[in-house]
Amino acid sequence: MSEPDERRRPSSRTLPKAASGIRGLDEITGGGLPRGRPTLVCGSAGCGKTLLAMEFLVRGATELGEPGVFVAFEETAEELTQNVRSLGFDLDDLEAAGQLVVESIHVERSEIEETGEYDLEGLFIRLGLAIDSIGAQRVVLDTIENLFGGLYNAAILRFELRRLFRWLKDRGVTTVVTGERGEGQLTRHGLEEYVSDCVILLDQRVNGQLSTRRLRVVKYRGTVHGTNEYPFLIDETGISVLPVTSMGLDYAASDERIPSGVPRLDDMLGGYGYYRGSSIMVTGTAGTGKSSLAAHLVDAGCGRGERCLYFAFEESARQIVRNMRSIGVDLEPWIDQGLLRIESVRPTLHGLESHLVAVHKLVNEFRPRIVVIDPLSSFRSAGAGSEVQSMLLRLIDFLESAEITGFFTSLTSGGSPLEQSEVAISSLIDTWLMLRQFEVGGERDRGLYVLKSRGMAHSSQIREFRLTNRGLDLLDVYAGHRP
Amino acid sequence: MTPAREQDPPVVSPDAAVAWELRLYVAGQTPKSIAAFNNLKRICEEHIAGRYRIEVIDLMVNPKLARDDQILAIPTLVRKLPDPIRRIIGDLSDTERTLVGLQLRPRRG
Repeated sequence: MSEPDERRRPSSRTLPKAASGIRGLDEITGGGLPRGRPTLVCGSAGCGKTLLAMEFLVRGATELGEPGVFVAFEETAEELTQNVRSLGFDLDDLEAAGQLVVESIHVERSEIEETGEYDLEGLFIRLGLAIDSIGAQRVVLDTIENLFGGLYNAAILRFELRRLFRWLKDRGVTTVVTGERGEGQLTRHGLEEYVSDCVILLDQRVNGQLSTRRLRVVKYRGTVHGTNEYPFLIDETGISVLPVTSMGLDYAASDERIPSGVPRLDDMLGGYGYYRGSSIMVTGTAGTGKSSLAAHLVDAGCGRGERCLYFAFEESARQIVRNMRSIGVDLEPWIDQGLLRIESVRPTLHGLESHLVAVHKLVNEFRPRIVVIDPLSSFRSAGAGSEVQSMLLRLIDFLESAEITGFFTSLTSGGSPLEQSEVAISSLIDTWLMLRQFEVGGERDRGLYVLKSRGMAHSSQIREFRLTNRGLDLLDVYAGHRP
Repeated sequence: MTPAREQDPPVVSPDAAVAWELRLYVAGQTPKSIAAFNNLKRICEEHIAGRYRIEVIDLMVNPKLARDDQILAIPTLVRKLPDPIRRIIGDLSDTERTLVGLQLRPRRG
């Protein structure tokens, strides 16, 4: 009795996986989809099933050396080619290169008369031929449930589906089967009954005017998987499931410097300001001038003709423009010229993922060189604990990989100098400025110092500064309150 | 409204002097395939004797034709002529339905 168990256990522990190549998905599933087995991807109409399935094939073919067969039960090959062109996939090219085959199977009930017994051997033959023609290792069936609409005899169909999934397993192809969401069950015709190894559920929700797509791994036999719902994006580069997989740390570190907008601060940063594409964080208690530093950076950036994107989570665009005008920084012309975009969202309005989705979307759309998130700490109220941290890590990672300079403000409460979220992301921050208030002799002085700044000889002095109507003005070395 | 009518084209008169070209797609010599061929032969002899031609296509021998001719179910009978093309799947054991499918008899109800 115990012997077969002993034999089975190691194999289930080391279930081989096939990387999907879809950003973020392989991270959630611990390496990809079960190799040589079918995975069910289900969701309601328009949730992105077909695109996910197609990206799985395209990435497999182009990046992982695994050609694939796409069996379309819904769309014609032409429609499919057109639909995925928006993701940058050229199916004609892939077919010409022998990396992909689209097999379109159309069944129209009104055109077919059924009399007596039959099987779906024709489907097996076509699929087998398509697989053999390019040595396919991946197969997509999208969506095979359409056969239920085309054929009367559901008993035959169910029997044949069972046979098909067994056959696919025997062929050792990694398969993605899509299914339309049904009422009270995952798919309309209970496909989950046939696909038992891995089930992924997609859905699309509108939350405060912002539509968010989400992905959840419902089931993954023999694998510890994230059970959360992960937001995902579809853009012209394909699907990204957040958290986006870290691309590693090998993106080009720029030597180019960009002025902070405060000349004397540039002096403190080795004389030239921040590095282009680096991440800058400024922390401080309320009213210390964090947003002012952000405004100076944006003002200088727009002055060079660079697009800047400013996420304001606690103030409206109008408030920011007004407040900055009071310290002599006029942002309005930049907005009018289309160089600056201030996106103002209340942090409590959406969940954390929605914010991140919004940030990703806008960055991809607006293509800024500088992104300000003011304040980063507002994310803390939108989500919980470790999830926030990992999401913030990915966000910073995302900006850095796109060579966008990220400027983050973080509000610290009076007592503790550092908040947890700051500690969590501190390793990714290149330049960290701290703003402090000193109360001496009935007067409050503002002080700024560079906690760290990678790759440059920076000042270690605490410098007093003032917010004047001509901008932020750094004074000489702070040496306590002058009598 | 005419579009609704188009679903049920007029019945082909069995007496008309038209040639029938029929294709039966099978995959190897299975009991279902053999039954389908025998049923088809019998129906043809009874209704269109002397005016038909049956071509049996074995997809095990010519698998490419499954794609070219959009074959999914086995056995599939395709009426190439007279126009329009009609498809009937199954072993043709239900003579009534087969005749309807071939438009040798009007659909009931």
